[in-house]
Amino acid sequence: MSLRRLTGSLLSSTRDLLPIVLVVAFFQIVVIRQPLPEFGRIVTGFLLVIVGLMLFVRGLEQGLFPIGESLAWAFARRGNLALLLIFAFALGFGTTIAEPALTAIANEAATVAAEDGVINHEEKAMQDYAIGLRITVAVSVGCAILIGVLRIIRGWPILYLIIGGYLGVIVMTLFAPPEIIGIAYDSGGVTTSTITVPLVTALGVGLADSIRGRNPMIDGFGLIAFASLTPMIFVMAYGMVTG
Amino acid sequence: MNLLQDIIDTGLATLTDILPIAVIIFGFRLLVLRQPIAGLGRILAGFAYVLVGLTLFLVGLQEALFPVGRAMAQQLTAHAIAGGGTLHGRTTYLWIYLFAAAIGFSTTIAEPALIAVAIKARQVSAGAIDAWGLRIAVAIGVALGITLGVFRIITGTPLHWYIITGYTIVIIQSMFAPRTIIALAYDSGGVTTSTVTVPLVTALGLGLAGSIPGRSPLLDGFGLVAFASLFPIMSVMAYAQLGSWWVRRGQFKHDEQT
Repeated sequence: MSLRRLTGSLLSSTRDLLPIVLVVAFFQIVVIRQPLPEFGRIVTGFLLVIVGLMLFVRGLEQGLFPIGESLAWAFARRGNLALLLIFAFALGFGTTIAEPALTAIANEAATVAAEDGVINHEEKAMQDYAIGLRITVAVSVGCAILIGVLRIIRGWPILYLIIGGYLGVIVMTLFAPPEIIGIAYDSGGVTTSTITVPLVTALGVGLADSIRGRNPMIDGFGLIAFASLTPMIFVMAYGMVTG
Repeated sequence: MNLLQDIIDTGLATLTDILPIAVIIFGFRLLVLRQPIAGLGRILAGFAYVLVGLTLFLVGLQEALFPVGRAMAQQLTAHAIAGGGTLHGRTTYLWIYLFAAAIGFSTTIAEPALIAVAIKARQVSAGAIDAWGLRIAVAIGVALGITLGVFRIITGTPLHWYIITGYTIVIIQSMFAPRTIIALAYDSGGVTTSTVTVPLVTALGLGLAGSIPGRSPLLDGFGLVAFASLFPIMSVMAYAQLGSWWVRRGQFKHDEQT
């Protein structure tokens, strides 16, 4: 990497981080009015964040984007729809089941359920509940990517699918036990991790690009949207079944 | 050497995050599709960059941002009760709202997944969608969403009414927004809430619900993330609507002059 490009990407990472630094500094000085504890440690931390972000963006353009796009072209050349759909499901399921944020929220949900008396307040029952929830969310993300990929291939308009999904969420909300609703809504947000997003986006755009008559802008995006929508429905269903 | 230990631990955690993805991708590519990957070395190097970059990013956040941000959220929300609603003689709730908006905006700007989608959107639209414009539109949406979510926790109103109203607005907006932006707008709802935003916003929600009498952290503390995923959809569509309105207005003026 040339020195010029290096300073360029360092600068842009710094710019990305600047708002946070300003917000923290402002509230510390104006509202909290106490000197920051361990100032040196914080500076080191921010330097790590800047370098990390720079490397991540480079890896994005060199690794995640190209592999996502070339996979899309490879599947298009192969022309086997079933194979592509299996891959789509596996990608959604596989990336979600190990997601740390999901594990955290599932354990939290198990605690809530135990305190409300939905399940027995014992280690085994809570563990089963949490694992069940994780599998539910992973299956829902797998289905989301599968439906999303099918939509790109068939060229269905995203609006109708999203409206259908929202109606599903609203109907489920009316019937689901209240304790599960907040967790269900939040689980939609945690499923899409920093590594999954670029990969799935590149896959979608690549697929729309490789199929004649599809516009990458109109048809290529939208996979992430499905992956944030279906977990809400599935988790509320899980709450109803277990509750 | 504590820092080194942190880097190793986080690195291993990130590796277990990447590994299933890599196995699925390379497994399908090599075993099922049986096609060689062009430029494999370069792509593997790219994965290594992602691994190291994300590790340093996360360790840095844990060192610098999360402790300070959490402490701030706790102090601000605790003062709301202990100080009888005031802090340094000012209304604390106002500070909490300001903090919610500022934290929502600034953490979204630094969110790596959003950076990725913005880069892709710029590439695909051949520059018609400005990466910074998109990110700022999303960040404004998150800021508004979290502020409203905090209002909900403080007032104790039910979450689903907000969400259902939000969906209705999104659906109406989708009918009028330019077609090219719709899918991207829906996507930006999902990407905003990951690495940087979620821990701080969750701390804010739990802190608030824990310090306001009559709120249960478990029942009321959740839901902020849902707000943060809903509002960017509206703000991105609004951004595109403003953009196309601006272009039409420019053309109209241009036509008048000629």
